[in-house]
Amino acid sequence: MRLRILAALAAISLAALTGCGENTTSGGGGGTGTLRIMAPASPGGGWDQTSRVAEQALKAADPNRKYEVYNVPGAGGTIGLAQLAGEKGNGNLLMTMGLVMVGAIEQNKSKVTLSDTTPIAKLTEEYEIVVVPAESPLKSLSDLVTTWKADPAKVSVAGGSAGGTDHIVAGLMAKAAGVDPKQVNYIAHSGGGEALNALLGNKVTIGISGVGEFAEHVKSGKLRALGVTSGQRLADLDAPTLKEGGLDVELANWRGFVAPGGLDDAAKKSLTDLVTKMHDTQVWKDAVAKNGWIDSFQTGQQFADYLNSEQARVKGIIAEMGLVS
Amino acid sequence: MSSFQLLMEGFAAALTPVNLLFALVGVTLGTLVGVLPGIGPAMTVALLLPITFTVPPASAFIMFAGIYYGGMYGGSTTSILLNTPGESSSMITALEGNKMARRGRAAQALATAAIGSFVAGTIATALLVVAAPLVVDFAIGFGPEDYFALAVLAFVGVSAVLSRSLVRGLASLGLGLVIGLIGIDQQTGQARLTLGVPQLLDGIDVVIVAVGLFALGEALYVASRLRHAAPEVVPVGRAWMGRSDWARSWKPWLRGTAFGFPFGALPGGGAEIPTFLSYATEKKLARGVSREEYGKGAIEGVAGPEAANNASAAGTLVPLLTLGLPTSATAAILLAAFQQYGLQPGPQLFDHNPALVWGMIASLFIGNTMLLVLNLPLAPLWARVLRVPRPYLYAGIILFAALGVYALNGTAVDLVVLFVLGLLGFAMRRFGLPIAPAVIGMILGPMAEIQLRRALAIGAGDVTVLVRSPIAAVLLLLSLGALLTPVVRKLAERRELAPARKE
Repeated sequence: MRLRILAALAAISLAALTGCGENTTSGGGGGTGTLRIMAPASPGGGWDQTSRVAEQALKAADPNRKYEVYNVPGAGGTIGLAQLAGEKGNGNLLMTMGLVMVGAIEQNKSKVTLSDTTPIAKLTEEYEIVVVPAESPLKSLSDLVTTWKADPAKVSVAGGSAGGTDHIVAGLMAKAAGVDPKQVNYIAHSGGGEALNALLGNKVTIGISGVGEFAEHVKSGKLRALGVTSGQRLADLDAPTLKEGGLDVELANWRGFVAPGGLDDAAKKSLTDLVTKMHDTQVWKDAVAKNGWIDSFQTGQQFADYLNSEQARVKGIIAEMGLVS
Repeated sequence: MSSFQLLMEGFAAALTPVNLLFALVGVTLGTLVGVLPGIGPAMTVALLLPITFTVPPASAFIMFAGIYYGGMYGGSTTSILLNTPGESSSMITALEGNKMARRGRAAQALATAAIGSFVAGTIATALLVVAAPLVVDFAIGFGPEDYFALAVLAFVGVSAVLSRSLVRGLASLGLGLVIGLIGIDQQTGQARLTLGVPQLLDGIDVVIVAVGLFALGEALYVASRLRHAAPEVVPVGRAWMGRSDWARSWKPWLRGTAFGFPFGALPGGGAEIPTFLSYATEKKLARGVSREEYGKGAIEGVAGPEAANNASAAGTLVPLLTLGLPTSATAAILLAAFQQYGLQPGPQLFDHNPALVWGMIASLFIGNTMLLVLNLPLAPLWARVLRVPRPYLYAGIILFAALGVYALNGTAVDLVVLFVLGLLGFAMRRFGLPIAPAVIGMILGPMAEIQLRRALAIGAGDVTVLVRSPIAAVLLLLSLGALLTPVVRKLAERRELAPARKE
């Protein structure tokens, strides 16, 4: 045990010293067999975390291969997407992505889209939760709908970045409630933490974020959950679904892998097999449980179809909210 | 009393040889990345996150905390010696610190920074133990209108203090505001001033602006003068702080701590604003020798801001540990580390995992002491860097600046931006525009804008929300007072003069 720790220490010092070089090595590769995983975001975020967990699980699934995670941050992942598109036919590269990227492509009018990639697998889902401060007079979704219809401007909605998952949920909810999505008074924050602060300080009417961001505070009673965006109630949280409350909205913030476009069937199959093997490892299962993710593994045509339907849905609601000029 | 007992148990846990080694690695790495422009503690901790798979939680957090504090300290060294801040929070330190270094007082500047950081870090960590719940309530009560008022106060304070020529100060501030506009507007998601370059959609990182304007601008300026005049010879001076240095430093240390700690606890408060405010306050309070020295290398201008940025690092841990609220980039990554261990920081963390929390707090004290031990003897050694011949020294700075900025995102676009900003920084020096207001405008401008729009959106367009909160009202009154004081003073002088003329 002690030796391992010392070894880890040595590794850390080395890693940190070479840290600046780590994410600068350029693409290409191919024959070497090293599988590279791109996290199209800064270190520390959801995509980065997923990529690094996947790296560990892949090591368990196929210890004979080498793996490397690198970050390409920026613009909701569209910078990374553009880089991926330049690696056409490279069967040794995966990119972690998800719902947020679908929205960012629309909003940033990215020239490269997901049709320039090869969908490999959907991995996880996280549901969204709608909360109010404990002091709020709103007790249920129907209270919210009544107030919202009366004066949309008076209902301030705190969530993450404009056009992101939280904003999309707000738009879908407004539409289902019969409020013009353009009228949603959305207060964008840089991440769930800032939005949480606005809620705990009772500055905004409602808040929307991933279940994980708010669950602890719902359990401690500082926030009240009005609804979650899952199809069924969640096992470890006492909150109704939006559907039960009368708003027909279901949405999962999903994450998955895509590979560069132009892959031949053999390369596509070998990547899919490897990721399937990774999904079956205990390392992966433990990580999914620890992070509160929901396993929603999907590959092949199934995932491709899912991607298409999500693109259509996100495109529609973003336009209805007036986010794309 | 029980907190004290728990803290002692924390010390017992943190003081194992292995954990001390982790603390040492942490502060050394932290100091190192703090010195390198561009690479900050947030990125270092993020890159080290995978160790959470193999290392026990207490050791990992002890190291991360060391990196965090070390980074806050390390940034000041290059600020003082080379006028090239490694982090945006040590930018203010460069103003007086580098002037001190040029007068041969580099060792004193480094020492007051090291001791000030230690004093502030220790006091702030103690406050973390005692006052965490109080500070948290204060921080949560801060709404968008209060942040806006705060930004206004900082603007007024900064513009009143930083420039000798008002027009030049405002011109520089305006440049910073424009740079701050670049990128996606947070409230609407629309791109502004990005010229169709996708890499600019997230805006220009403040580190790139600080490094470009300060470090690169300085290097180019020095290069442009080398041929014309022999380089000024920097006297090395005495090695340690004298009695008067101590006498002039201790009050700014304490005041800096008082600014830094609560600001760190505020989401969006950050480490920069308290350093501006501390600098402005020390300048206002300066009397006698120090007043004359201000702008030429006053030790107060180093002691205060350095204490403020370290205290804010400790303040950041208050909302992180008690609410699970990350208020800085590094804190957000620390939160991710907690989650890797299946821990959710929040109201229950202190009850469920006291050993870990108190072990981490104890390790902050240890890390702080270690930083002092590591850096104080090094201060005179570092000061000798100034004897390296200019061409080599500045070539090295450009190399490290470029390396650090490239490491930030790994894109060549950032390098182009860096060099454009370097040219801008050179031009500003050449034409006598102060640099600091530009960086301050870039930090405060977007904050003021977004908070103003948030406040108005929440208030559904009603302008009175801006003064309805008592905190905002007080802050705005203070700003108004600061603006009007010179005017009133002038009027009063004129009235005194007027009757005299009649007679």
